[in-house]
Amino acid sequence: MKGEADAPMCGFSAATVQILKGLNAPFKSVNILANPDIRQALPEYSNWPTFPQLFISGQLIGGCDIVHELRDSGELQKLIDSALGR
Amino acid sequence: MFSTEEIESILDKALPGAVAAAVDLTGTADHFEVRVSWSGFQGKSLIEQHQIVNRALKLPLEDGRIHALKIKTMAP
Repeated sequence: MKGEADAPMCGFSAATVQILKGLNAPFKSVNILANPDIRQALPEYSNWPTFPQLFISGQLIGGCDIVHELRDSGELQKLIDSALGR
Repeated sequence: MFSTEEIESILDKALPGAVAAAVDLTGTADHFEVRVSWSGFQGKSLIEQHQIVNRALKLPLEDGRIHALKIKTMAP
């Protein structure tokens, strides 16, 4: 994401963090603005052009739009629960 | 600069039988939203569906003719 979880530097990153917090999902964030090598390498690795990128159990779930859509459908909660073994 | 017609025609060719509708979100011919319904999306995750659309539009996305693209996909 752009910025830190408690100080996002972009509206899309902020919205994605809000959703995770709203679902009480424990997560770690990486600030790509402070890690230019990751910023450059990740889109190629994940085949996804923009940030933020949400990974659950090593699997790319999506960016801000997809995270919103999956939250609204309840799918994101299911993915988080199964990752946490709930 | 790009057009909604160009986006729709690229997707028609890349995804046979798809129904694609693009909207110019800002009136500046570079921020678009596209809704795509395609049988090939069946059984694929949202991220895979979006990656298929991104891949089809790779060229105009990379050279900047499309600056931003909001994607909405569904399997009919």
